[in-house]
Amino acid sequence: MPPTRPTSWSVQADLSMGQLVNWIFEPGFFASQPVHVAILIGGATAIVSAIVGVFTVMRGQSFAGHALTDVSTAGGSGAFLLGLSPLFGFVGFGMVGACVMELIGIRRVRGRDLATGIILGASIGLAALLLYLDTSSGATTGATQQILFGSIFTIETSTIPIVISFSVIALGIIVAIYRPLLLSSVSNDIAAAKGVSLRLIGLLFMLALAVSVGLSSLTIGAILSTALLVGPAATALRVTARLGVALIVACVIGVGVTWLGVLLAYDSYYWGSSRQGFPVSFFIVALVFVLYLISGFSGIRAVTSRRERAVLQGAEA
Amino acid sequence: MFSDFMVNAWTIATVVAVIAGIVGFFVVLRGSAFPAHAIPNGAFAGAAAANVFGLSTLLGLGVCAVLAALGIGVLGRRGRQDVVTALALVLMLAIGAVFLSRSSEYEPQIYSLLFGEVLGVSTTEILPVVAVGLVCIAAVAFLYRPLMLSSILPEIGEAKGVSAHRIEMAFLVIVALATAMTVPVVGALLIFSLMIGPPAAARSFTDRPPLAILLSIAIALITVWSAIAISYLSNWPIGFFVGAISAVCYGIGRGWVAVRRGKAVRVATRRRLAV
Repeated sequence: MPPTRPTSWSVQADLSMGQLVNWIFEPGFFASQPVHVAILIGGATAIVSAIVGVFTVMRGQSFAGHALTDVSTAGGSGAFLLGLSPLFGFVGFGMVGACVMELIGIRRVRGRDLATGIILGASIGLAALLLYLDTSSGATTGATQQILFGSIFTIETSTIPIVISFSVIALGIIVAIYRPLLLSSVSNDIAAAKGVSLRLIGLLFMLALAVSVGLSSLTIGAILSTALLVGPAATALRVTARLGVALIVACVIGVGVTWLGVLLAYDSYYWGSSRQGFPVSFFIVALVFVLYLISGFSGIRAVTSRRERAVLQGAEA
Repeated sequence: MFSDFMVNAWTIATVVAVIAGIVGFFVVLRGSAFPAHAIPNGAFAGAAAANVFGLSTLLGLGVCAVLAALGIGVLGRRGRQDVVTALALVLMLAIGAVFLSRSSEYEPQIYSLLFGEVLGVSTTEILPVVAVGLVCIAAVAFLYRPLMLSSILPEIGEAKGVSAHRIEMAFLVIVALATAMTVPVVGALLIFSLMIGPPAAARSFTDRPPLAILLSIAIALITVWSAIAISYLSNWPIGFFVGAISAVCYGIGRGWVAVRRGKAVRVATRRRLAV
C-alpha cells in the first residue's frame, strides 16, 4: 500500500493561493478560504469552550469533560460510518453520554470518577469498533486521524451556520442558569439550602458541556478537545480569582491560542525542506500546556491581591 | 483459535489481565482513575517516538510512561490534579500523533497503538512484558501495607510516617510500568477499561482486600479471554469487547450492591415493624 497522507493535516490545498510574502504570514494565509473558515469556527469554538471550561474547572469536572470527548469520539466515528457530518455524531452522542453520566453518577467524588471511567472505557471500545468499520468499509481513508485529531482546514463552509447555532445554544444554557450554576459550583450545600435543584443544574450544565466538547472535537479532534476546554480556563483561574475577569481571560487565551495554532500550522508547511505541515491540534495543545505552566510561576500569581489569593487557595483546596 | 500464532496472544493477554487486576484494585481504591487513564497515553507518545527514531519500542514505552507519571505527580502537587492530568494527557496524545504523522504507516499504527493489536504479538515481546509485570507485582507486594494505609486513611498514614506524596509518586510509577508494557497489546485507551471495570466489580462483591484482588484478577482474566475469543470469531477489534465486557462487569457489580442494599433495608424495616 503506498503511503497516503490525507491533506487535512497539512494545508497542501492552499499552496497556489495568494502572493503575499511575509515572514510571519506565509504566502496566501489571508487569501485562503480554509483559513477563513478555520479562523471563524476556531474562534467560536474557543469562546464556547473557554466559558464552559471555567465552570468545568471550578466544579472539578475535568474528568467528566474528558470522558465526554471520548463519548463523542464514538459518535463522530458512527456519523462517519453513516455518511453524516461528524459534528452531529459528536454532539448527539455527547448529549446522550452526558445524560447517562449525570444519571448514574454518584455525589461522592470517587464514585463519580468510577462511573465516568466506565462510560469512558465503554465508549472508547465502541469508538474502536466504529473506526474499524469506517476504515474497513473503504472509501473513508483518514477517518481515524480526522476524528481523533481534527481537521480544521477541511471543514466545509456549510458547517459554519451549524457551528454558530450550537455555540449559541451552549452559551444560552450557561447564561440562563448562570446564578444557580455559579452557586452550585462554589458550594453544593449552600446551593441546595437556597433551593437550587442540583440535579437539574448539573444536567443542564452537562448538556452545555457536551455541545462545547462536540464543537471542539470538530476543531482540534475528539480526543484532544479537552485541551481547549480545560487549558484556557485553568490558566485563567490561576491568574485571577474574579469570575468575570477569569471568563474574559479564558476567552482571550482560547481564541489567541487557536488562531496562533492555525497560523503556525499554516506556516509549518514551509518549514524545513520536507514540505510536511504539522497538525493544528498539536500547536494548540502545546500552546495551551505552555501557558498553563507559565501561569504557575509565582511572579504572575503575585499580581493578584492577597484577598484574591486567599479565595483562590480556598477554591483549590 | 489455539493455533501457533494465537498462543502468544493468549499468553500475553493472561499476563496483562493479572497485572491489570492487581494494580487496578489500587487504582479503584485510591480513586485515581483519571491518572490511570492519562499515563498510558505517555506510553503512546513513547512508542510513536521510538518508532520514528528507530529505538526499541519497549524502551520508549517505559521511559515515556514513567516520565508522564512523574510529571503528573509533581505538577499535580502545585495545581489542581485533574487539570494537570487532563492537560498532560492531551499533550502526550498530540506529541504521539505528530511523531506518527512522520511515519508512512500512519493510520494503522495510530489505530493499533490506541486501540490494541493483540494478534501482532511476537514471541520476543513476551519475556519483557512478563519481567516488568513481575516487577510491578513485587513492588505492589513490597508497598502493600503503606499503600493500603495511605489509600484508605491518609491522615493516619501520615501520622505513622507514611508520606502520602511519596506513596502517590511510587504508585503512579507502578501504574506507568504496568500500562507501558500493555499498550502494544491492548492499546493506550483500553488498558484503562481493564484497570477499572474488573476491580470495581470485584469491590462490590467483597470488602476484604486480598479476596477482592483475587476476584479482580479472575474477572480481568475472564474479560480478556472472552474478548480474544469473540474477537477471533467475529473478526471485530478486541478493544471493543474489552470495553464492553468491562462495563457489563461493573454494571453487574452495581446491580449486586443495589439488590443487597435493598434486601438489607427490607430486613431492617421488617424487624422494626415486628418490634
